[in-house]
Amino acid sequence: MVVSRDDFSIAIRSAFLKKGVKQKFSLLALIIASIILLSLEVINSKSLNFVRSAVKDVIYRTSFVTSIPGNSIVSAFTKIQNYFEVYEEYETTKSKLKQLENQQNQINYLKIENDKLKKIINNTDIYSHESITTKVLMDKKSPFLKSVILNKGFKSGLKRGMPVLDGSYFVGRITEANYLSSRVLLINDLNSKIPVLIEPMGYQAIMSGGGDKQALLEFLPKNHQLEVGSVVYTSGTGGVFFSGIPIGRVELVGKKFHVKFFSDLNQLYLVNVITSKLIGSEQ
Amino acid sequence: MVLFRKSFVSRFFSLIPLLILFFLAFNETDFNFEKLSFLSFNLIYIVIFYWVLKNPDILGYGFIFLAGIVNDVIIGLPIGVSPITYLVLAGFAAYVRYLTVEPSLIYDWIVFVPSIAVTNSVYFYILIIFFDIKVNHIALALNTGVTILLYPFIGILFNFLFKIIIVQKNV
Repeated sequence: MVVSRDDFSIAIRSAFLKKGVKQKFSLLALIIASIILLSLEVINSKSLNFVRSAVKDVIYRTSFVTSIPGNSIVSAFTKIQNYFEVYEEYETTKSKLKQLENQQNQINYLKIENDKLKKIINNTDIYSHESITTKVLMDKKSPFLKSVILNKGFKSGLKRGMPVLDGSYFVGRITEANYLSSRVLLINDLNSKIPVLIEPMGYQAIMSGGGDKQALLEFLPKNHQLEVGSVVYTSGTGGVFFSGIPIGRVELVGKKFHVKFFSDLNQLYLVNVITSKLIGSEQ
Repeated sequence: MVLFRKSFVSRFFSLIPLLILFFLAFNETDFNFEKLSFLSFNLIYIVIFYWVLKNPDILGYGFIFLAGIVNDVIIGLPIGVSPITYLVLAGFAAYVRYLTVEPSLIYDWIVFVPSIAVTNSVYFYILIIFFDIKVNHIALALNTGVTILLYPFIGILFNFLFKIIIVQKNV
């Protein structure tokens, strides 16, 4: 390859401006189109949002259909694996069931006591809010960005910012609500920052996603005496979420305190999205 | 009838790179292994670079642009980030194509290194500077490294496909 200044400019011009035999657009034209698209992302208008939402819905649905063959193969493998683990699980489940029966009796007692206390402090919690159960349509499992797509959108009442639960555990919040689908930013994403409350000490902190299975606890009080195993809940600070939704337990990794989530974020299938409506409240 | 069948077979083989590109852009099961992040690689980059270098008419720039939009929507990035990065990579490939007299896989591989480095830098800085989206730069660097290492192996497979396409066209 011999490169003189003329060759360089000719090659650049040919590469970016020239269209091939079957090409309809030049590279430069498409790069400009991409920059325009990127600029439009910053603009927040009703008509643009509608177009964006429609395009995303179509792509999500198409992606769901095209991933069916691949997913079927993966699920077939998982099923075979599961059959091998059935007996082992049966034994474990049997012993757990006995433990649970004992715990159930304790829970019943605590529930009655809790109801009495709640009446006294007149507080509301996550269980007194309406929730919408949705299915995880897609889980990209990217090592860079941690988010999942739900199969319900603003048509079903989902809105941006709503907390998402796996069972009763907090797993993320809605960052994008389309007409028929929505995106959940998971709590382990690098861009996730959640105000949390650590019990029984009552410390407030910010839980930052670490991009993997754990999240880092930041902005803890000075001279804190945080204990490993303490339970982390949403604090409800700033009115972003309801308070008291369990997230995970405190773990010490190196010299930093992390949160090990109660929920396995790689296995999300059906999740509950908590709406802001109270049960029994007027529409 | 025979002519129709020949043209159909030739067309089908020419469409394979495009089908791979859109399958990867649309499909959920990609090559980002969460548990083995050091093994993640970006096959789309290899597909784009290889086929634009070999014959840009097989993988049109318009389709690359569309695949980028699909990828952005699926991953959840601002729409336009992937099209720019893909087109920058295609630009590198097209530039090298105009300068290369005797193409060889080893030479393509060497050129692929700076191309993917610049492309991923563009991707990284657009997300950080314009949209304030954090990206795990270690995972991205590993992904880039593995993609570079795998280029010659996947290139050999694509060479077979390229030969089949040429043979089918000349039949």
